[in-house]
Amino acid sequence: MSYTIKQISIFAENKPGRLAAIADALEEERINIYAFSIAEASGFGIIRALVSDPDKAHRKLTELGYVVSFTDVIGVKMRDEPGGLRDIARIMGSADINIEYAYAYSAKTEAVLVVRVDQVDDAIKALQEHGGQLIKEKELA
Amino acid sequence: MTCWDPRTEDMSKAELQAIQYKHLKTLVYKLYSFSRFYHDRMKEANVHPDDIRSLEDIVKLPFMYKKDLRDNYPDKMFMGGQEELVRYHVSSGTTGKPTVVGYTQNDLNNWATSVARALTSIGLGRKDIIQISYGYGLFTGGLGLHYGAERIGATVVPASVGNTERQIELIQDLKVTAICCTPSYMLHLAETSERMGVDISRDTMLRTAVLGAEPWSEGMRERIQEFTGVNAYDIYGTSELSGPLFTECIEQNGIHIWGDMAYVEVLDPETGEQLGPGERGELVVTMLQKEALPMIRYRIGDLTSYDDSTCACGRSHTRISRITGRVDDMLIIRGINVFPSQVEHALLAVPELGEHFQIEVNRKGSLDTMLVRVEMNPTAFSDKIDDLMSLKRRVSRVLHSMLNISAEIELVGPGTLARSEGKAQRVIDRRSI
Repeated sequence: MSYTIKQISIFAENKPGRLAAIADALEEERINIYAFSIAEASGFGIIRALVSDPDKAHRKLTELGYVVSFTDVIGVKMRDEPGGLRDIARIMGSADINIEYAYAYSAKTEAVLVVRVDQVDDAIKALQEHGGQLIKEKELA
Repeated sequence: MTCWDPRTEDMSKAELQAIQYKHLKTLVYKLYSFSRFYHDRMKEANVHPDDIRSLEDIVKLPFMYKKDLRDNYPDKMFMGGQEELVRYHVSSGTTGKPTVVGYTQNDLNNWATSVARALTSIGLGRKDIIQISYGYGLFTGGLGLHYGAERIGATVVPASVGNTERQIELIQDLKVTAICCTPSYMLHLAETSERMGVDISRDTMLRTAVLGAEPWSEGMRERIQEFTGVNAYDIYGTSELSGPLFTECIEQNGIHIWGDMAYVEVLDPETGEQLGPGERGELVVTMLQKEALPMIRYRIGDLTSYDDSTCACGRSHTRISRITGRVDDMLIIRGINVFPSQVEHALLAVPELGEHFQIEVNRKGSLDTMLVRVEMNPTAFSDKIDDLMSLKRRVSRVLHSMLNISAEIELVGPGTLARSEGKAQRVIDRRSI
């Protein structure tokens, strides 16, 4: 069973109303957003999101003229209490995993650290070997 | 009036016209006989050298265009052989193809003479130390002024462009009295010296500025003069005519075009009809003595008007007003010619980009800035900021190598830039000069 999660990434110029328009489009398709982050650079940003139906979201946003891509990420479970991130960060460190970017969200029972790494399969293996708990795409909801 | 070349500069209008006619006649015979390019063009226009019987008959002669130079790249329009040539200069072109101009020894002499007369007419001479802050190299600005300034016996500081703080130190340490640069660079220099705590009028000997290579206004002159205490003079020229050639005189009331070297007309750009004094139109220049690359009725595309009354300085050489715009869409940014088609050409070479783009020119402080907005190709989108930033840097490099000017790049999504029917609104010029 694969632990990779399909994240959608949307290119967005730094303009007021961009996020609202994207959120509108997803709502229209009844797509739920579980987690998301905005990374901004000079003049543009990238919206990254884990959603209930990535394929549908991709289709809809592309139709509307957005630049969208899929990216494989992994979700590491964290205890949702003080020290939860520290534990996971230590595991990642000892597993020698280099994080390209990460963002976190708090699910119903636990917190999840969403991580983008270079070598997804190697990272999954290393994390598991060091005691990390990964979340599957269908567990997101 | 102090003249470099009193005999020529003091000439009456009638004397000048006699010389112009003599030169024109010779030029037309020479081109008809020895220039394949202009011979054909005269044939097409059904005009023979014998048809030129007065100076006014110049209207019978066909025009030359920038396009001709590009079509005949690099040197197919040159007269004589390579042995006669002593120098090339190269300027940027619209399609990524530059234009090449060549000079014989006489051409260089005339060029330097023209600049020598001009610099003398604004009161410069042997006692002056002139810093030349135009680019040296393929661009004609630096070397053109350099030889003219040396000709009048001034001491030249060939500073070229950039490193503004060092330039200000040199102005102080070498007791520079005059500077030649673009008007925007002059303002930048003034702002930088202010930041350094250097008051140009108090702490330096700088009293004269020869400014050009980009359009500027009377208002900007006032700002520069007030800000720095220098007298600022407008200079004009393009590489096809040789380079910077003509300036205003001490009166600051129009640029004197040395009549023995050049014949100017101002035309209605639509009809090609000659306009009268004071009427704004397209500048057309005939270089009367150029040898390597003769230019007859060359439509530069700059907008101006002329005044052939005798100037308060006493010279009767025709004056043109400052250039207020371009007939075509060429942009002059920091003294460098930029054509939207060049930008397009450069962007098309980057597969990650779409074909739609927009150029926005601004003036930040006193320096021109160029922003290029370009649509990204959807398939090229990477989720990594690093990849997009490096794409931006790559686009910037491609543009720089083609235009020789740095531009800020803004990546936008496909379909973001406004499409218009017919001619695309590709340029937004927000500079107010």
